[in-house]
Amino acid sequence: MKQVFLTIKENIALTDSVYKMVLSGDTSGVTNCGQFVNIKLDGLFLRRPISVCDCEDGQLTLVYKVVGRGTEQMSRMNAGEILDVLVGLGNGYDTTVSGDAPLLIGGGVGVPPMYMLCKKLIAEGKNPTVILGFNRADEIFYENEFKALGARVIVSTVDGSYGVKGFVTDAMKGIDYSYFYTCGPEPMLKAVYRATNTSGQFSFEERMGCGFGACMGCSCKTVTGYKRICKEGPVLCKEEILW
Amino acid sequence: MVTTNVNLCGIELDNPIIPASGTFGFGYEFAELYDINILGTFSFKGTTKEPRFGNPTPRIAECESGMINAVGLQNPGVDKVISEELPKLKKCFNKKVMANVSGFSVEEYVHTCSLLDKCEQVGWLEVNISCPNVHGGGMSFGTSPEAASEVVRAVKAVTTKPVIVKLSPNVTDIVAIAKACEDAGADGISLINTMLGMRIDLRTRKPVIANKMGGFSGKAIFPVALRMVYQVAHAVKIPVIGMGGVSCAEDVIEMMLAGAVAVEVGAQNLIDPYACKRIIEDLPRVMKKYGIKNLNDIIGGVL
Repeated sequence: MKQVFLTIKENIALTDSVYKMVLSGDTSGVTNCGQFVNIKLDGLFLRRPISVCDCEDGQLTLVYKVVGRGTEQMSRMNAGEILDVLVGLGNGYDTTVSGDAPLLIGGGVGVPPMYMLCKKLIAEGKNPTVILGFNRADEIFYENEFKALGARVIVSTVDGSYGVKGFVTDAMKGIDYSYFYTCGPEPMLKAVYRATNTSGQFSFEERMGCGFGACMGCSCKTVTGYKRICKEGPVLCKEEILW
Repeated sequence: MVTTNVNLCGIELDNPIIPASGTFGFGYEFAELYDINILGTFSFKGTTKEPRFGNPTPRIAECESGMINAVGLQNPGVDKVISEELPKLKKCFNKKVMANVSGFSVEEYVHTCSLLDKCEQVGWLEVNISCPNVHGGGMSFGTSPEAASEVVRAVKAVTTKPVIVKLSPNVTDIVAIAKACEDAGADGISLINTMLGMRIDLRTRKPVIANKMGGFSGKAIFPVALRMVYQVAHAVKIPVIGMGGVSCAEDVIEMMLAGAVAVEVGAQNLIDPYACKRIIEDLPRVMKKYGIKNLNDIIGGVL
């Protein structure tokens, strides 16, 4: 973990409620894809944990959904403003176990961490397939960004307004994969857990106090004992999840 | 030059700054960030006889200038604390540590305290009779003078190290409880633990915290904490540790003027991991600003 002060370069809306914020500065503390950062915001006591979408050459990209006071405040910030950020939090994804054809499944606001993971897997010479699940066509973001990385991309919408009609588990049908990675709302994660036939990694979300392992605010029970989502997580292996 | 060292129950501290239990783990998360030997000491994660997972999540809620937590005393149990946590701590902390203890019966307090009392690294036992998060547990000891003195007497009978009793603010007369602890042989008092609080999510119309209620801490509670420290420090003769909403060197001096010999810093560590380092580095400057040469000269200075 590292505490850094980053400058907002860009903060734009991708959909009605999803924004992309690009920060620049010392991002050396970000050591893996699937990690998160914890942002101090004026007038709010607790920092706000946001997953890392991309990090390269001193530029940190966060794609976040406005869900409450913190993210709403972030959405109103402008280029040039400076943020106090704890970076390099959490374990992140382990790509060494992915095999040649990993499947990446992101649902809604669980899509962003899949981006840096996908980039890393491709850089390692693997052929990832990416499933991006949304409720409706107007909620879709980052489809082209994943395609630009060179990944095979399948989009699903619950109402069928774009791509495969149904849930991400419908889009999974008939796809061969060596391993999987997923992030999204818990009902989706549970469905993916049941629908997958290989090992894989899940990224979890929880209300956090500190974000760096001090308060025990985000603990969960696993097969291998108690884990802090912020420290030993947010990524847990399929085999250690108690579902 | 200013003098920041204070004496806490016979042990000299380089400065009065002590990270509070539950906000500093067993120290090593923070040792990655700075040399934790600069601290006066710290109070480690509340330890019980048996291992505990604690409460279901969510355990944390945002509040105006503060937060609510309902962790519920998650800890590995006293045996593992002694066999695993303390040896790990020894590698990054060479001072005496404060052992924070909780329990659900007098016997549990006695068991845990007597084991930790034998550990060379432990300087003080901080007996938490005030955690509001455990149903029918610690809270009942902290809310009645009789129950509080029963715990203190039993713990004192099996220990040799200073016993500091951590009090709950969720009582009608905190002075009566502090006095009962002093009469029962306590060597010091620390206060305040968190204040019982609650938040409701307007969208779900459910409490934010799975346990419904939890302990409110952070800057917002500072004036209440200061008032209680003032009342207790002027009513007992044993040393008092002040805590509750402390976030800067100015707050430390205010707590000491109210009667605190040392000051614990809690929730601030969670939002600003360098909080204690910053406060320690800032203290000489702030002392100078207010014409304080020696912190011992101001303890209880406000009558």
